[in-house]
Formats: sequence, structure tokens, C-alpha cells
Amino acid sequence: MENALEIKDLVKTYKDGTQALKGVDLQVEAGEIFALLGPNGAGKSTMIGIISSLVNATSGQVSVFGKDLVKDRQAVKAMIGLVPQEFNFNMFEKPIDIVANQAGYYGIPRSVAMERTEKYLKQLQLWEKRHSVSRGLSGGMKRRLMIARAMVNEPRILILDEPTAGVDIEIRRSMWSFVEEIAAQGTTIILTTHYLEEAEQLCKNIAIIDHGEIVRNTTIKELLKTLDIETFIFDLDRHPEDGLLKELGAQIRDDCTIEMDVPKSKNLNSVFQVFDAAGYKVSSMRNKANRLEELFVKMIENKGAQS
Amino acid sequence: MSSTTWVGIKTLMRKEITRIIRIWSQTLLPPAITMTLYFVIFGNLIGSRIGQMGGFDYMSFIVPGLVMMAVITSSYGNMVSSFFGAKFAKHVEELLISPMPNWAILAGYVSGSLFRGLAVGLIVTLISLFFTDIQIHNVWIILSTVILTSVVFSLGGFINAAFAKKFDDIAIIPTFVLTPLTYLGGVFYSISLLPDFWQKVSLINPVLYMVNTFRYGFLGVSDINVGVAYGIIISFVLLLGFISWYILHKGIGLRT
Repeated sequence: MENALEIKDLVKTYKDGTQALKGVDLQVEAGEIFALLGPNGAGKSTMIGIISSLVNATSGQVSVFGKDLVKDRQAVKAMIGLVPQEFNFNMFEKPIDIVANQAGYYGIPRSVAMERTEKYLKQLQLWEKRHSVSRGLSGGMKRRLMIARAMVNEPRILILDEPTAGVDIEIRRSMWSFVEEIAAQGTTIILTTHYLEEAEQLCKNIAIIDHGEIVRNTTIKELLKTLDIETFIFDLDRHPEDGLLKELGAQIRDDCTIEMDVPKSKNLNSVFQVFDAAGYKVSSMRNKANRLEELFVKMIENKGAQS
Repeated sequence: MSSTTWVGIKTLMRKEITRIIRIWSQTLLPPAITMTLYFVIFGNLIGSRIGQMGGFDYMSFIVPGLVMMAVITSSYGNMVSSFFGAKFAKHVEELLISPMPNWAILAGYVSGSLFRGLAVGLIVTLISLFFTDIQIHNVWIILSTVILTSVVFSLGGFINAAFAKKFDDIAIIPTFVLTPLTYLGGVFYSISLLPDFWQKVSLINPVLYMVNTFRYGFLGVSDINVGVAYGIIISFVLLLGFISWYILHKGIGLRT
């Protein structure tokens, strides 16, 4: 499979001496949705900045579909669409102008630019707002506007830097389906997110970056396999006594709800036997949706302890 | 130039011109009001007592200078506010990530400032017709000087905006450099009125060459050699153009 993005030994040292990237190597296959995870200040935005020509690399190599970023910058730029973390459009302009002008900067003739602007504003449910001043759009609309703008040059790689930060669940899910739709059409997606559920839902491969280094680069499936503990939440018919909590190694969440970590090796039947023996009825049970999050925190903590 | 680059320049030019027209009360109206006041006060009220300057009545003498002053201020102001605004609000990134070559980004912005400079120049010239008759000695000198001067100050505004970190930084140069250079650049007087020493000092002011060449286009008189003036103005275009391109190429003040 062809690589959409190849990064070799990428280093970025800022003027104040901060080493944001310490020799990063990364490959992203063409056509996949790739997740880039890391805590704040890990180097994600610096890496994205270098790929999209907003940050100058100190050393190393970046190539996009085989074209070197430094030697063939114009060609590389033409293949990339960027949705940054912060709103970076002119708040006094109208969405229709923002998107159509961006197409113009990519050399797309006005008539085609207007057709594409209509297409993407409609797809992102912004067509009705096309003549509104952008400043008045809601947070979710502003974020969708940046996606429409990034799509207007129909890039081969779309970089989304925390695209769903601060948007409600409904919009987030509609954005996920949009991302899946464009990925299905062959666009490679690189996604950074703090919502790990998002990475789990959308991505096949994942890289975890911390302190300027790639800590892990694997498939999400493989990564989740390494998680040997699951967290369950039990709703009981009455307030649990301390003895029960001690026996199960559980913690109380609220009046009648407890939370406990269960190793994968442990049979859940044995947990229910404890409830039975103590005379508790379990009215409901659910898995805490934080699997990747726990793993992520654990990895970062382990790395911190090692260093 | 490739057709895609030309599309990019046209887009940026359209965007800038639309902005200038949309906020006409901030971009086109103020110089019209200021210059009308200059015409009334310096031209009519005080000018009538001054008599002749350079062989012409004072009002006819100052009209080219005041038009040029408006062009300089507007061209510089347009570029510095537009580009620094784009940098401050980060929408300059729309251009930096695009495949538009650096010179094309510069050309697009300069075209916008040139439009504003010429529009203001035309407005002020039309207003001056209410106060005096305008004679034209050489229309090509008038047009070439006003275009080249507008480009010089657009590029100056670009360099200022690239280095500026806060809004104060874009006010310092116009206040402490541009205004003194313009007022001492022969807008209101002929340098022949000055003592020898100050005449020589005046020659280091580039605005003097622009104002005098422009005035020569209207009246056919100048304090300095017009050929030398063209050489100096074109040198400034090339020098500031190269510095601006280099800033974009290296990403100074734009990329980390």
C-alpha cells in the first residue's frame, strides 16, 4: 500500500530551546483514517504545522505521496487540506466568500470554486448561513465551516486537528459520518483528538506522541488488546456496605452505584456470586467507556516513570 | 506565470478590493475629509496670503503634494492594517498553507493597497477641482509616479506588518516616520525656500522625490531631477519588494 505521508527523523527545536519533536518517524497509509494522540504540548500541533507548511522543521524529512515537502512544496501544499484547532478565518467575512476564496488560492477557477463551495457548504449544513457574517455562527458551525474550507481543494490528505472540540454530540456524530464518507471516497485522514472514543470509532491505526516522541504506533485493535483490565459500573438495590466494597475491591460512585476494575482473566460470575451471597440485587450493569483513555493515561504515566 | 497562480492573485485582489469597498467609511471617506480641510485651510484661507510658490499660485502648488500624501498614507495604511489583521486573526494561514507562490501573495496584497491608493488619489483630485483648476503637463508621469509610490508604501506597510507583534507596532512607523517624511517632503513648500544645509538634508527624504516628480507631471516644475527621482523610486520598489519576498520566503514573523 502506498504511503500518503512519510516522516523521517523529524526534529523541531524552537528558538527558546524547546525541543517539540525529537526525531519522529511516522507512516500513514493512503486512504486510511489515522489517529494522532497525545497530551497537550506533546508535539502534535507542531508536527501538523510542519506538514502543512506553517512551521519550519529544524531537520528531518516529510514526504506526501512521494513528494518531498522542501523540494516540492507547492505540489505538497496542493494535496493537503487543514482544519486547525483554533478558528483561523476572517470573522467579518461570509462563509461563501471564505470557502470560495480558499479555492481561489489553490488556483481553482471561480466558476468551479463556486460549485464546490455550494457542494461542501450543503454537505456540512451551512448553505442556509452562506451570507451570514461568520462571527455570528455557533461554535459547531464555525468548525464545520473550517472543514468545508479545507475540503474545497479536494485534498488527498485531510488533517483535522481536534475537529470536534466543543461541539455537541449530535454534530460530533454527523461530523464523524462526514469524515467516514470522505475517507470512503479515498481521502486520507489524519486526526488528532482528545476524544478517544472518536479515535476508537473512526480510526484503524494510531500513533501516540508524548514529549516529542512517538510512544506507540500500531492498530487500535492491537492497542486495545494490551488492555487487561475493564471497568464496570453496577447499580445496586441499596447502599453498599464497606465490607462488600472491600471484598470486591470496588469504589462507591454514588448512593447505590459502585465502580470496579475487573481483570480480563477474572470471570464475572464470581463477582455476581459475591453480590448474591451478600444479598444485593444488581439492577443494571455497564462497561465504562474509557478503555482507550485508561490505556493512554497508563502509557503516558509509565513513560513518565521510566524517564 | 501559471494560470493557477493568476487565479490566486485575482482571488486575493478581489478579496482586498471587496474589503476596501465594504468598509468605505474607514478606507475612502477619511482622506477625502482630511484633504478637503487641507484645501480649505492651507489652500483658500492661508494660501491666498502666501502668494506664489514655484511660479504657481499656492493652491495649484499644493494639490499634487496633497494628493500624493493621501496616496502614501492610504497605501501604507491599507497594507499594514490588512496584513497585520490577517496575521493577528491567523487567517493569513489560509494563504500560507495554499500553493500560491510567495511573490503571488505579495502581488495580491500590493494590488489591494494600490487600488485603495489610486481610489483615494482620484477622490482627492476630484475634490481639488472645487478649489482650483488642474493643469496636466504629462499624464504618463502622473500615472507612473502615483503607481510606483503606492507600491513602495504598500511594500513598506507589508514589512511593518510582518514584524509587528501588537497593534501599537503598526502605529509607530506611520506616526514617527511616515508623517514627518511626508510633511517635510515638499508637499507644502519648495525646498528652494530652505537654506542650503536643509536643502541638502531634504534630499535624503525619499518622499521628496515622489512628490516632486508627481508635481512635475501636473505643473512641469520640480525641485529635483525627474530622471534621478525615477531611479530612486524604482530602486525602492526593488529593494522593498525583495525584502518583502524574503520575509515571506523565510516566514519571518509568520512561521515559527
